[in-house]
Order: sequence, then structure tokens, then C-alpha cells
Amino acid sequence: MIKFNINGKEQSFEGDPEMPLLWYLRDVQNLTGTKYGCGIALCGACTVHVDGMAVRSCQMSLADAEGKKVTTIEGLSLDGNHPIQAAWRELNVAQCGYCQCGQIMQAAALLAEKPKPTDEDIEAQMGGNLCRCGTYPRIRAAIKLAAEKA
Amino acid sequence: MIIDRKMSAGVLNVSRRAVSLGFGAGALVLATGLPAFAEEAKPEPKWGGDGMPNGLRDDPTLFVSIAQDGTVSILCIRSEMGQGVRTSVPMVVADEMDADWARVKVVQALGDEVRYGNQDTDGSRSLRHHFMPLRRIGAAARQMLEAAAAAKWGVPVGEVEADNHEVVHKASGKKIGFGDLAKEAAAQPAPERDALKLKDPSKFRYIGKGKTSLVDNMAITTGSAIYGTDVRREGMSYAVVARPPVYGGTVATLDDSAALKVPGVLKVITLDPPKFPTEFQNLGGVAVIATSTWAAMKGRDALKITWEDGPNAVYTTTSYRAAMEEASRKPGKVELSVGDVDAAMKTAKSKVEAEYYIPHHSHVSMEPPVAVAEIKDGRCEIWTAVQSPQAAKDRVSKRLGIKLDDVTVHVTLLGGGFGRKSKPDFCIEAALCSKAMDGKPVLLQWTREDDLINGYLNTTSVERIEAGLDENGKPVAWLHRSTAPSIFALFMEDPKHQATLELGLGLVDTPFDIPNMRIETGAAPAHTRIGWFRSVTNVPHAFALQSFVAELAAAAGRDHKEYLLEILGPDRKMIPKTTEPWWNYGENPDLYAINTGRLRKVIEVVTKEAGWGRKMPQGSGLGLAAHRSFVSYTAAVVEVAIGDGGRIKIPRVDLAIDCGAHINPERIRSQLEGAIIQGISVAMYSNITFKNGVVQQTNFDSYELARMDIAPREVRIHLVDSTGYDAPLGGVGEPGVPPISPAIANAIFAATGKRLRSLPVGSQLAS
Repeated sequence: MIKFNINGKEQSFEGDPEMPLLWYLRDVQNLTGTKYGCGIALCGACTVHVDGMAVRSCQMSLADAEGKKVTTIEGLSLDGNHPIQAAWRELNVAQCGYCQCGQIMQAAALLAEKPKPTDEDIEAQMGGNLCRCGTYPRIRAAIKLAAEKA
Repeated sequence: MIIDRKMSAGVLNVSRRAVSLGFGAGALVLATGLPAFAEEAKPEPKWGGDGMPNGLRDDPTLFVSIAQDGTVSILCIRSEMGQGVRTSVPMVVADEMDADWARVKVVQALGDEVRYGNQDTDGSRSLRHHFMPLRRIGAAARQMLEAAAAAKWGVPVGEVEADNHEVVHKASGKKIGFGDLAKEAAAQPAPERDALKLKDPSKFRYIGKGKTSLVDNMAITTGSAIYGTDVRREGMSYAVVARPPVYGGTVATLDDSAALKVPGVLKVITLDPPKFPTEFQNLGGVAVIATSTWAAMKGRDALKITWEDGPNAVYTTTSYRAAMEEASRKPGKVELSVGDVDAAMKTAKSKVEAEYYIPHHSHVSMEPPVAVAEIKDGRCEIWTAVQSPQAAKDRVSKRLGIKLDDVTVHVTLLGGGFGRKSKPDFCIEAALCSKAMDGKPVLLQWTREDDLINGYLNTTSVERIEAGLDENGKPVAWLHRSTAPSIFALFMEDPKHQATLELGLGLVDTPFDIPNMRIETGAAPAHTRIGWFRSVTNVPHAFALQSFVAELAAAAGRDHKEYLLEILGPDRKMIPKTTEPWWNYGENPDLYAINTGRLRKVIEVVTKEAGWGRKMPQGSGLGLAAHRSFVSYTAAVVEVAIGDGGRIKIPRVDLAIDCGAHINPERIRSQLEGAIIQGISVAMYSNITFKNGVVQQTNFDSYELARMDIAPREVRIHLVDSTGYDAPLGGVGEPGVPPISPAIANAIFAATGKRLRSLPVGSQLAS
């Protein structure tokens, strides 16, 4: 049996230990805010926090998640008002919105590490998160806005 | 069951609730449900939204429902895929009916075109076609509320006025809220169209303001928004399909014994191959149904399948490109001919010719195709992210032999669409899987690899242009040959030439003032599913045309902007003299003739705003391009900076659009920002190639997209409105894309002197 913590709740799982965290979150826990986009860590749509670090949940098996603390978009903030989430809404960042949970989780990790990120920091840290609608200019602006307000 | 959180089954569901005694209830009585085309049998062509299958509806009782607590529910019949329709549609209605935006909610319509009119969310048409019907819906609802209040108070209707969610009688100071009027208003007859009083645009409170935040903002930023892949049903299983790697291929042998041993795998079924032409049919193959997506994917990996590839295994990009080039070097099918090109070419002082290559592109929306299907008591229910729910309903009905009315299609949010999700092949697959599971719900998920290997690709083309020039370097003769496989091979015996629709997308509508012009198409058979992709054939046509004009300017030693304006000629309205009737995005050519003055204006605006002509540092350059598409006018100036090893940065992009009045300027800007990024992907990275019929790109490592590092730090959108509310609207979703790739190529030329005629740019500058 594998045990881990998801959004503050202890969970255990007895199925395939190879199952990626992504599919466990989505299909077993019905935490569907974490999205599938590529399955091989090329797009960042499935980004969650594992012990505070931004991680591609498609690449972390449940065996590797043993004993870890996982935070998904649903657990990022109780009321949905993390400064990144608020900035995203203030600037209407989303178009289709599908990749945005992953973008928000990545950006939240970036701000936790670097409260005042430069353009270069943003490009380096957000470069793994694809957005096919092309919201990058607003993502950049929203990260700066959140940093300013924090 | 989580699924009803954000989506809803339509007005009927709302009105069934005890609290809502609104227009929805009246809809049962009032809606005639007659499709627009059945009303009259005149042979006159219909344009715009009236010319679409099932036409337009503006009956307020279909679209607006008022609950007794005052909540106004507005039905959105268009699919939300990032363009903002779920905000803009209710915003227009709310403004016209003087509703308070804070008390408005949007309800997503089921797919039902007989009832709602055309729902195909495609072709940059939502507001272009629906703005006026939406205004009429809002105005009618407002007038019904006013009539109800006047009747209640026994005063003439002319003395009352709706204002911010209530109706006011100024003389007596009486006021009554919309909620308190809901029941009586629903009983009022809907006004005839000629009795409608539309607001004066100066009174708009939401339209044109761009202050309305997205209705799905909270759900999107907290992870509760429901896309196709997020639908959960009781007892649902998950499926993936192994499809033939070559288009038209079939299963030769199948050994599913290992797959069936994978824990969680429930069933393996073979899906029949499609019949040609394949249209929106599913591709056949082998489906694996399991208790989780992961188990289904593992099961699929364990299948042992040999494929019979069929005739499309000949498709290899290198040889196909050579064949397209060859076709473009000899006479083709004449699509437009003005003057005498051959004679003028002979007497021209000089000649310039160039050949451009544009590869296939894949939509790769971040949410790959996905659908949930469930069959119960002979009825099929689908929850899915589709641009055309009616197409999904119709094709599922036909394939499963279930009556059309017994197929229900719920539209979720779309995780991107870009044209791919107009084709409901994946909905058929989901329904077939559910059928195999005795009707239990099945979520059918495409993986990214499936999406790239088995998609509907934008066409690939070779564009060859030859210009005969006078002593000033101005073209007197113009010969353009465009060779590209056609979308229409999906629907009929392969025409091997671009169809009228594809020709109208930036080819025969070339807006230049040249006395002798001939446009031809070469033959190119389709060996894969060619589909429409954001901006469609405007992408290759504009890349060639707008690159070539820059080449001519350079050859003449002229400033590109001045040369472009000169070749555009005097301001005029143009209707191309095509061999076949001109396809003008379905719009009336008289109302929507090509207006070169509007194109000139966006060129002037964007060059002024971008500081065209400013001195650029070594290794940097500005590139310009302009294009009319979807009856809007766009022009872009791109700044590039070439770094070590030919590495390209794009510090800044300016893009101007004239799409007529700006209904939701905030979403126009976001669409154009996105179009710039998509244009950068097209120009710089994306390239689908085939080898022996098989797509060589399987994920985002080999099919690359623009990322944050190439995204311009400075993006400036310039909204031009040369017509106001008096003229019909242009499209917004697509027109931003076409000018970007030629502007990038032109900027690279300005920076380096190297002319890149083949997309993507990729590593062509690496030395």
C-alpha cells in the first residue's frame, strides 16, 4: 500500500504503483484541475506541487509519491485567492483556460522561490509550460502583477 | 456526478426549477422550431448567418430566462474555446435588455440546430453573425419587460423604460425589478422584428467597453472548470484507441491476449474502418476500455497489431514537396485571369520569381480530442468539447442507428479548438465504446501522439509567384500558382485542386492593383486528412504573397511599406473576377467587398505605432505584412533580433486590426495576442512531415510550439474601427494569424539579408 498526502488529506492506494500521479489525481480522486497535455513532461499542464516543488505529475509514479505532500490546483488556496490566481483573473489571462492550472501552479512555485522575478526568471521558469492559445504575454504580466502586490 | 457544476442542459432545465418562471417556460409554446431555410423557397442566395445550415434565431423566449429572484439566464449556443463567447454573447444580450451584469448568468446550450439555429463555432463567425440577432434578443426581452410593467401599472408603454435590471415609470416614480416582472413578461408576445427598438450605441454599458471579466475566470483559475476530459459519470470507464498509422489503413492481424491481462483492462474491441470519402468518420482501429486512462494506455501498448497500410503509404514529404514544386512550374487550372499576363510578361523590363513552401500544421489544442458517451434506453448522451455539437449529434446518430432526437450533445468548455474540434470523429468512437460496454459511460481520450498522428492537418503548399516589372520595379504582370491538397478530399472524390472556398482564403482575393494577373492552381492529391486550421489556407497564401511583395520592394530598392501601399493602389472596393463565383467567407460581396482603403489604414496605423523606419541595431530588423481575411483587415510589424548561432528573438510585435465595431475589445486584444503567438509557432517551429504515410512528429519534442522564451516581451494591439456600428462586423479569431509568418520572414531579411522561403524558419539561420 502506498501512502501520501493530497491537499492536506492522507490517502492510500493499493493499485498499480507505476500509475502516474496525474492519472491517479484525475481518474481515482476526480481532482480534474490537473490536466493531461502530453504525458512526457513537455507541456506542464499537469504541474502540481510535491513537497512545495513544481513537479510534472505525469512523470511521477505513485511509488515515487510515497510519503510525499502533494498540492493540486484545488488545494493551492482555500478560497481561490492565491495572489497568482487573483492576478490571473484581474488580467483575464485565460483564453481556453485548459493549461492555466498548470501555469498557475508553476508560477506560484516561481514566486515562492523568487518573490520579484525578472523577465529572464519568468522565461526560464515558465518555459516548460505550453499554451496553445498564446497567453504568454498576459502570463508574464500577471506574474509581475502578483509579485508587485505580494 | 460532478458534471453539472458549470454546464447545463439549457433553458428548459432552468425553467423547470420552481423558482424560474421565465421566458424559458414560454419557449415551450412559442418556439416554432422551423429552420430558417424552410420559411421560404426563394432561390436567392443567403449570406452571413442566414446562409449557414439552419440559419439564425432571434426569438427571445429561446434564449432568455428570468427567475423570480431576478437572475437573468442567457443561453450561449456557441462553443467556448478561448475566444470568449461565453462572456461576449450574454454581454450583448444583457446590454440590450438593460440587465445588470452582476445578475446575469450564462447557460450553455445543448447541440440542437433545429431549435437554436447554426451552432458551428468556426470561421470567425460568432459575433460577426450573431451580434445583431443577440441585440434583437435583448431588445425584445427588454420590450416584453416594459410592456408587462406598463400593463401592470395601466400606463402607456411609451412612458416606461428599462434601466439596470428594473423598469421605471418616471412620471410616478414607480419601479419594479426584472424578477418581479418575469411571469408577466413571459406572457407578453415577443415583438416583431420591425417593432424592435435597438439601443443607440452611445447608450451601451457593456458593449464596446472591454470591462467585463470572463465569466469562467473563477472556475478556470481554481481547477473547477469542466472540459471534455473532466466529465465524470457514475460507473464510467476509460478508453483509448490504436488507430491505423497510415490514413485509410486497416487492421490486418490483432493479438489482444497480453492487453487483456493488463490489470484494469475491461475490454478490447475492433472498430470498423471508415468508407471513403471519410468526412468526419472515425478512423477505425482497436479500442481498449479500462478502469482508468492509465490502464487503457498500458493495455494499448500491449496490443500486437499488424496494419494493412493501403495506398496512402506513398505519402512522403520530400517526394511530395518535389511533386508540388513540379506542378507549380507548369500551367495549372486557371482560377482568375485579368488582362493578358503572357503578353505583359514578355514586354516587362525585368522579372522576379520566387517559390515558397509551407508544411502541414497540426492544431494540437492543449486538450486533445475527448468525449464521454453513455447509452440508455436507446438514447445516447454525449458530453464533449466540440465546435459543432450538431455535427456530433448527427454523425453519432447515423453511425449508431439512433434517431437524431435521441442523441443529446452537451458542450463542455473546449481546451482549445482551432478547427480540429469541428470534426466529431472522437464522439463516434466514444459512442461505439459505450455501446460495447452495454451503454455504460465511457470516456474516450486521445493522447497527444494520437492527436499528431491521426489529426486533420492544415494543408501543405508550394506557392510560386512570378512578376513582370516596369522600369520603376512596379508589377505589370503577375502569375501566382498555388499547389496544395484540398480539404474537400474529405467530402468527395479528391478534387486535387483547392476548392472555391480555399481559393477565397487569401488567394484569388489578392487585393493588388496590377493590370494583368493570373492565378492558377496545381494538382495535388490528398494522402492524409486535410482539415481547417485557424485561418486555413490564408496561412500559406499570405506567407507567399506578403513575402513576395517585400522581395519586390527590395529588388526595386524601395521601402517595403511604401511599395506595399503602392501595389495596393488607390482606395477602392474590389470584387475579384474569378472563374468560379467568388467565395467571400459566406458574406454578401456587395456589403463585404474587399476594401483596399481599410487595408491601407491598418498598414498606416501599425507602421506608425511600431515606429516603422526607425534605426535598428546590427542584427535586428523590422518586418511588415498585411492581409485581409474573414472580412477583417490586419497588418503586423514584427521586430526580430538575431543572436549567436542564428538564434532568433522577437522582442516586439505590433498588430493592427480593422474588424468593424469592437464589441468586446478586451477579447479582441486577447485573440490577437494569441494569434501572434500561434503565428510565431507557424513561422518558427511547427512542421508535420510524413514518411511512408506516417506522421513523423509524435509529441511536443518533435512538433514544437512557441514557448515563453520566444514570446515577445512587448505586444501592442491596435484596434482600428473605420466603420462603427453602421457596417457589418468582421471576424476576429483568425485574421491575426496570417500576417505574422510573412512579417517574421521579412524582419529576418531586414536583419540578415537572408530571404527564407520555406517554413518553418527552424535552424535555417544556424551557421
